[in-house]
Amino acid sequence: MIAIVAPRVDWTSIAPVVVLVAAALLIVLFKAISRDRVRTYEPALLIGVLGLALSAFYLTKQWSVVVDGGPSDALAHMTALDGFSVFISVIVIISAILMLLLSSEYLVARGIESRPEYVALVLMSAAGMLVMAGANDLIVVFVALEVLSIPLYVLAAYDRTRARSLEAGIKYFVLGAFSSAIFLYGVALVYGATGTTSLEGIQTFLATRVLVNEGSLIAGMVLLLVGLAFKVAAVPFHMWTPDVYEGSPSPVTAFMASATKAAGFAALLRILYTALAQYSSDWRQLIFALALVTLLGGTFGALWQTDLKRLLAYSSIAHAGYILIGVQAGTAKGLQSSLVYLFVYAFMTIGAFAIVVALGGTDDLHAISDLRAYGRRRPVIAALLAFFLLAQAGIPPTAGFIAKLGVFAAAAGAHSYALLIAGVVTSVIAAFFYLRVILTMYAAADEQELPDELETAPTWPAIGVPVAAVLAICVVMTVWVGVLPTIIIDFARDASLIF
Amino acid sequence: MIAATHLSSTYYLTFAAILFGIGAVGLLVRRNVLVMFMCVELMLNAVNVTFVAFSRALNDISGQAIVFFVLVVAAAEVAIGLAIIVAIFRRRRNGATADDVDLLQG
Repeated sequence: MIAIVAPRVDWTSIAPVVVLVAAALLIVLFKAISRDRVRTYEPALLIGVLGLALSAFYLTKQWSVVVDGGPSDALAHMTALDGFSVFISVIVIISAILMLLLSSEYLVARGIESRPEYVALVLMSAAGMLVMAGANDLIVVFVALEVLSIPLYVLAAYDRTRARSLEAGIKYFVLGAFSSAIFLYGVALVYGATGTTSLEGIQTFLATRVLVNEGSLIAGMVLLLVGLAFKVAAVPFHMWTPDVYEGSPSPVTAFMASATKAAGFAALLRILYTALAQYSSDWRQLIFALALVTLLGGTFGALWQTDLKRLLAYSSIAHAGYILIGVQAGTAKGLQSSLVYLFVYAFMTIGAFAIVVALGGTDDLHAISDLRAYGRRRPVIAALLAFFLLAQAGIPPTAGFIAKLGVFAAAAGAHSYALLIAGVVTSVIAAFFYLRVILTMYAAADEQELPDELETAPTWPAIGVPVAAVLAICVVMTVWVGVLPTIIIDFARDASLIF
Repeated sequence: MIAATHLSSTYYLTFAAILFGIGAVGLLVRRNVLVMFMCVELMLNAVNVTFVAFSRALNDISGQAIVFFVLVVAAAEVAIGLAIIVAIFRRRRNGATADDVDLLQG
C-alpha cells in the first residue's frame, strides 16, 4: 500500500486568500442568522473592508518573506509566492477597497437594494484574483479564473430591476463561460503535449526535449491566449466589453476594468514567461498581432462613442493594447513596464469611473453632449474628469505618461519598432477623443444658455465622503507616480525579478 | 498493443474535438439562452473527454483528477447562469431568447 503524503501547507503563501474567503463566508453566515429588520449591509461592509485590510497586512508579510528568501512555491508547487504575485495582489486589494467605497453610496443613490451578499461576492472575486496572481499550475489558473469570474457575473447583473444590468450579466456570463471553455481546451492540449499542467514542469519539459510534433502544443498555446485575451478584453475578443461595462453598476465596472485586467494579465504573463519561455519567438508573434489590433480597435472604437461609460470601455480596451506591448517585449523590462502600467491604470480608471458615479443620473447613461457646460455647472467634477482623461491620454506630469513611456521603452529595447510606432500613433489619436470630452465640458459654456431645469434639478448635488476619498486617493496616486515614479518602478523591478 | 492504444486515443481526441466544435458553433449560432448554455456544457465535457483520453495515453492519473475540478466548476456555472436567466424571465415573461437582450449594442 502506498502511503499518501499530504503536501506541507505554507500558510504565509495563502493567508491573504484565506482571510478574504473567511470574511466572505462570515458575511454570508451573518446574513443568514440575523433577523429581517436588522440592517445587514453596513456590518457586512465593515467586515469586508477589515478583511481586505488584513489581507493587505499579510501581503506586506509575504513581501518581506520574498525579499529575504527569494521566490518560493507552496502547496505542492501549485501556487507561487514571489514578488510578481504580491504586486498583482496589491493592485487587486486596492481596487477592491476603492470599489467598496464607491459602492455604498452608489447603491443608495440609485435606489438599488444594498445586500450584504454584494460585499461577499466582491471578496470572493478578489480571492480568486489573488489565487490567479500566484497560480503556478494551469489547473489552478483555470479554477482561479472561474472563482473570480462567477461572482462577477452576479455583480454585473446585480441591479435586478434594470434590464441593462441583467443584459450585461447574461452577456458576460455566456462569453465568459465560452472563453473559459476555450482556455480549458488549451490546457488539455498542452497537457497532452507535455504530460503535465505544472508551469515549471512544462518549462523543464520543453527546455530538455525537442517535440517531434508541435501541433498540439502550438494549438494549445493559441487557445490559452484566446481564453485569456477574452478576460483582458483584447481585440478581437473584446465584443462583450462595451456592453458589459455599460450595463453593469459603475463600481462593478471599475472593479472589472482594474482588478480583472490585472489578474488576467498576471496569468498571461506567468504562462508566457515561465511555461512557454522556450517558445517565445512563437508567442511573441501572436502577441504582436494581438497588441496591434487591440491598439487600433480600442482607439478607433472610442472615436465614435457618444456615451461616457462606453468611451471609457473602449479606452480600457486600448489600454490593454499598451500593456500587451510590454508583454510582447518578452524581457524583464517588458514585464516590469507591464506591471507599472497595470498599477497606474488601476488608479486612472477607478478615478474615471468614480466620476461616473459622482455624475449621478439614472441608468448611468451620460451622453458626452450632456456634459456641456459642466465646467461651470459642476467645476470640481469637470476638473477631476479632465484630469483623469488627460492622465489616460498620457500627458507628462501624470502617471499615465510614465506608464506609456515604460512600455514604449520596453518595445524599443526588444526591437519591436512597429509596435512602438503603432503605440505612439494611437496615443495621439486617443488624445483627440479624450480632449473632445474636455472641450465639450469647457468650451460651449458661453454660447449655449443653460437650460433652467438642469440648473434647478441637479441629479445628485453633493459628493459623499467615500466617493470623495476614492477620488482623492486616485488623484494623489496618479500625480505621485507621475512626479516621483522611482518608488513604483523599483517595486515593479523587484517584482519582475522572479523568472 | 501500443499501436492499438495509440489509435484508440486518436479516436477519442477526434471525437472530443468534434464535440467541442459543435458546442462552440452552437453557442455562436443559436439564439436561445438555454441552448447556448447547454452548448457551454458540451464544450466543457468535450474537454473532459480530451483530458481522460490524454490521461490514458500518457498513463498519468492527473488528467483524470482534473476532470473532477471541471465538473465542480461546471456545476457552479450552471447555478449562476440559471439564476441570471430566471431573473431575466421574471422581468419579461414571454421568453428568454438572446434577441430579448438587445438594449446594449456592442
